[in-house]
Amino acid sequence: METKNILIEVKRQTGVNIRECYQCGKCTAGCPVAEEMDLRPSVIMRMIQSGTNEEMDQILRSYTIWLCLTCETCYSRCPMDIDIPKVMDYLRQRSLVEGKVHPEARKIVAFHKSFLNTVKRNGRLSELFLTIDYKMRSLRSGTLFQDMTVAPGMISRGKLHLIPEQIKDKKGFSRLFKNQLKKRKP
Amino acid sequence: MSRIGVFICHCGENISATVDVVKVAEEAGKHEGVAYSTDYKYMCSEPGQTIIKQMIKEKGLTGVVVAACSPRMHEPTFRKACSEAGLNPYMCEMANLREHCSWVHDKSDATTKKAIDLVRMLVEKVKFNKPLYPIKVPVTKTALVIGGGIAGIQASLDIANSGHKVVLIEKDPSIGGHMSQLSETFPTLDCSQCILTPRMVEVAQHPNITLMTYSELEKLDGFIGNFKATIRKKAKSIDEKLCTGCGLCTTKCPTKKIPSEFNAGLGFRTAIYVPFPQAVPNKPVIDKENCRYYQQGKCKVCEKVCPTGAIRFNQEDELIEIEVGAVVVATGFNVMEPSEFPEYGYGKYKDVITGLQFERLASASGPTLGEIRRPSDGKIPKKIVFIACAGSRDPAKGIPYCSKICCMYTAKHAMLYQHKVHDGKSYIFYMDIRAGGKNYEEFTRRAIVEDEVNYIRGRVSKVYEENGKLIVKGVDTLLNARPVEIEADMVVLASAAVANPGSEELAQRMHVSYDAYNFFSEAHPKLKPVETNTAGIFLAGACQAPKDIPETVSQASGAAAKVAILFSQDELSREPVVAVVNRSAPPVYSTCVGCFMCATACPYQAIGEELITDRKGNVIKKVAKVNPGLCQGCGTCVAFCRSKSIDIQGYSNEQMYTEVMALLNDE
Amino acid sequence: MKIGFYPGCSLTGSSREYKESILAISEKAGIELVEISDWNCCGATAAHNLNKELSVSLPARNLALAESDGIEELVVPCAACYNRLVMTQHELNEDEKLKSQIAEKLQMPLKNKLKILNVLQYLEEYFVPRLDELIKKPFEEEVACYYGCLLVRPNQVIKADRWEDPMSMDVIMQKLGAKPIDWAFKTECCGAGFSMSKTEIVGELSGKIVRNAVNQGAKAIVVACPMCHSNLDMRRPAINSYLKTKIEVPVMYITQAIALAMGMSEKEAGLQRHFVPVSFSVNC
Repeated sequence: METKNILIEVKRQTGVNIRECYQCGKCTAGCPVAEEMDLRPSVIMRMIQSGTNEEMDQILRSYTIWLCLTCETCYSRCPMDIDIPKVMDYLRQRSLVEGKVHPEARKIVAFHKSFLNTVKRNGRLSELFLTIDYKMRSLRSGTLFQDMTVAPGMISRGKLHLIPEQIKDKKGFSRLFKNQLKKRKP
Repeated sequence: MSRIGVFICHCGENISATVDVVKVAEEAGKHEGVAYSTDYKYMCSEPGQTIIKQMIKEKGLTGVVVAACSPRMHEPTFRKACSEAGLNPYMCEMANLREHCSWVHDKSDATTKKAIDLVRMLVEKVKFNKPLYPIKVPVTKTALVIGGGIAGIQASLDIANSGHKVVLIEKDPSIGGHMSQLSETFPTLDCSQCILTPRMVEVAQHPNITLMTYSELEKLDGFIGNFKATIRKKAKSIDEKLCTGCGLCTTKCPTKKIPSEFNAGLGFRTAIYVPFPQAVPNKPVIDKENCRYYQQGKCKVCEKVCPTGAIRFNQEDELIEIEVGAVVVATGFNVMEPSEFPEYGYGKYKDVITGLQFERLASASGPTLGEIRRPSDGKIPKKIVFIACAGSRDPAKGIPYCSKICCMYTAKHAMLYQHKVHDGKSYIFYMDIRAGGKNYEEFTRRAIVEDEVNYIRGRVSKVYEENGKLIVKGVDTLLNARPVEIEADMVVLASAAVANPGSEELAQRMHVSYDAYNFFSEAHPKLKPVETNTAGIFLAGACQAPKDIPETVSQASGAAAKVAILFSQDELSREPVVAVVNRSAPPVYSTCVGCFMCATACPYQAIGEELITDRKGNVIKKVAKVNPGLCQGCGTCVAFCRSKSIDIQGYSNEQMYTEVMALLNDE
Repeated sequence: MKIGFYPGCSLTGSSREYKESILAISEKAGIELVEISDWNCCGATAAHNLNKELSVSLPARNLALAESDGIEELVVPCAACYNRLVMTQHELNEDEKLKSQIAEKLQMPLKNKLKILNVLQYLEEYFVPRLDELIKKPFEEEVACYYGCLLVRPNQVIKADRWEDPMSMDVIMQKLGAKPIDWAFKTECCGAGFSMSKTEIVGELSGKIVRNAVNQGAKAIVVACPMCHSNLDMRRPAINSYLKTKIEVPVMYITQAIALAMGMSEKEAGLQRHFVPVSFSVNC
């Protein structure tokens, strides 16, 4: 895909016109996790602007898109009103669909997946089940015991329920997870 | 029987790329009353005009329709061509195929159809055109200059030196404007006051200039060569003839803590005050809003100490009417308060200041006598950060345009800082360095290379205070967008240049157009940069758009030249597009019934009454009469007239209906 | 008086003291908060990171349920849920086609005209005018009011007062008798959803927030978001290890501060559920 098509595709999917970006860098300057990023937000904007397929591929494989906290600071201060968080949402979903998730980010993705999985099952989130599901997914990451230090404290403060809350209309609810309106494949 | 010529212009490709011009010419040729029609690449060019002239003679044309651009630019061109070929110029009309058709539609049959319709309408109209003749009016050879900054000063001096009278009005107590607030000026670093004050004095002493400070334009009536301006001379509360400017009152005034406008809020002034020591005139005014006597009824210290008894508490505003032939608007600009950008902490942290405030710090006449000391504790900042585009080029919260002067003044600020604080470090966060101008690029290079100012390409996202330092969170976009954090002692925001508050009202008062940012609009962006849409009103300086001193002075001289050209004539010709009340044969004389609704509706007081008498002098009828010298051809009276007795020449009801009918009676 | 109530998942678990305190102060003020029947999770960060449609349909179900319950005004104390619900409402109102598709999928009508209140708006509307009568013991402490991201951003949709330097919480706290400090991290991000997956980032971001609050003289940090609370409170060990010092400033929900000021006990306000003990003597 050529530059023009990438820009058009981003605009079609998100409504955001990346051409507006004039590389002032204010997004990066205010980003709380910019230091940790492999590609800074403003660089991602530039890569989409001038990028080829290879550049897009690099973005989708980047750690940045998963580090983004959606704190919206960039969008709120952007002189051009560019909704960068929305673009990040789009890039994450594409990265997932195309199987390009950065190895360092697998923990983050695992967490999100566990989250949605728990919600899918019960309609509401059980923090205990989320923790268990997440720990099972991230066994290899070696943080199995990290949250074990917090769990007893949570139980003693009455913050962890052993029996998850559940919604009643599970049938209606499960419809939301089926037959998604449009798969966002590029 | 009409013999009309139709001339279709391609306007290069502006029209012909979208409209099938050949077809338009062909269709026009078939229209009843059209004796000739053709198309040409540039109708306004010499060969294009020659075609029109030839055809008028060859075909004996009685009317001409040029289908081209908006009449704003080229109607005079084509009318002149017609006139040279012996046709009354007002027998020529223009159909606007560019702005009204080709520029706003895509190429299609419908677009061409619309072009054909537009031409047909004008052909029908021109059949009803009557020969008209320009109106002659006299010229009052006095100019009104509004605003006493460098633009107004330059324009006034130039007009006065060409031998004409000038009335210069300034809303503040002194002339001098923003330039008097500046420290040193780029790119030569000469002291602003040193080059300005001699000019200020010259204005005050010039025999051809009447200076009225503390005065504003209240009303402007009339038209080119014949304006009537009403000026509000605000009460200064002193008798200027008696006051010697000794300054005793200002030292004794007990209200001392009023933020000084001249020092951009960094210093204080008293309630009776002279804005700055070099002020012209160097006589005080009482600021009633802050004066203890005006607010609480007690004090009068100034009156007691004044050695000449010049204080006049009961002085009132005066309204003065003057007649002028031309107006130069030189009202300048304003600095945008960076309060729209709370992330920069202006207003929250004392040591975050604007560029104009920095000028005052760096100025020898400023609150620190030219030493760079920060407002919070008076210490000399060892690390200073300048943020460019703090408001400019920011459609989201600021203004979309570039303020043009900030790149240069920020470079100057950093340079002045480095000259004054030798062990200091300065940083400029910028997006682009816009240094187009004579010796400008060299100037910014000097700041970087010789004065060791650190330019960092990137914007700042946030400024906050921690442990007595201002933490500036920025980015270096040239280093892979690396976040940069600087612990600064002071931050200077290059705040945007915006239109003055009240400029919109002033524009409406003068009937000149203004843009979306409330800057006054020039008549043509390239070829009429100092004229406005209203003849006889000219622009100078930053009231038209942000500009620096050299550009302002050039424009002011340009405006002065325009005034001088105008004043070189004793009489002006005006377009005869004015209202007339119809007259007819006895016993009707006129369908006007003398209700004078028109006179109440007229915004220009152009309608009076006329008595129709018989041979013996007995009054038969009283009817309305339009003074063609005052009428601006707005048409309000036509709409108000209940008996349809008024018409605008060249735009009569008959002509308008014919145009509309031509559109409705689609062939 | 009855007002709709969407607690969200956190309030039933890790931040149950938030729910307890808001219900307690509402009851005492004579306001009945009626929970939306059969509400579900809003999808939080996970949904909008992984699945665009779920990020809209999950909140939309709650909006539709609230409507069918006859609710006109809905209080959403969790800032994250509030943000998702408001963003969804906005997005659906901007896109009629999406709205009808989602409504069809939910098999519920969706007018989407609900008035959604966050906790600050709720307090401003229903408590602030009556504070004189409600307050028994002024809460006289120097506090840092911490708003986080979700109550103020994106400012293009969430119309908060002065998003860079909001004041609504400060004003409420001031009316309770507190002295809100002036500080610079009111709306900085705490690390949000990285609590479990990237704890060290939470330690850093929350650490900077806590440090600035303490440097500016705060004796407590007041929050209105369960995520902010758990990151500043439960993740204090990560914060301390980032700052290489032990910081003991407590973090409490604004509703807890109000509960104390209304004369409730520390237990009624749920202070015992915090990880960082509320160690200063609250004036009651």
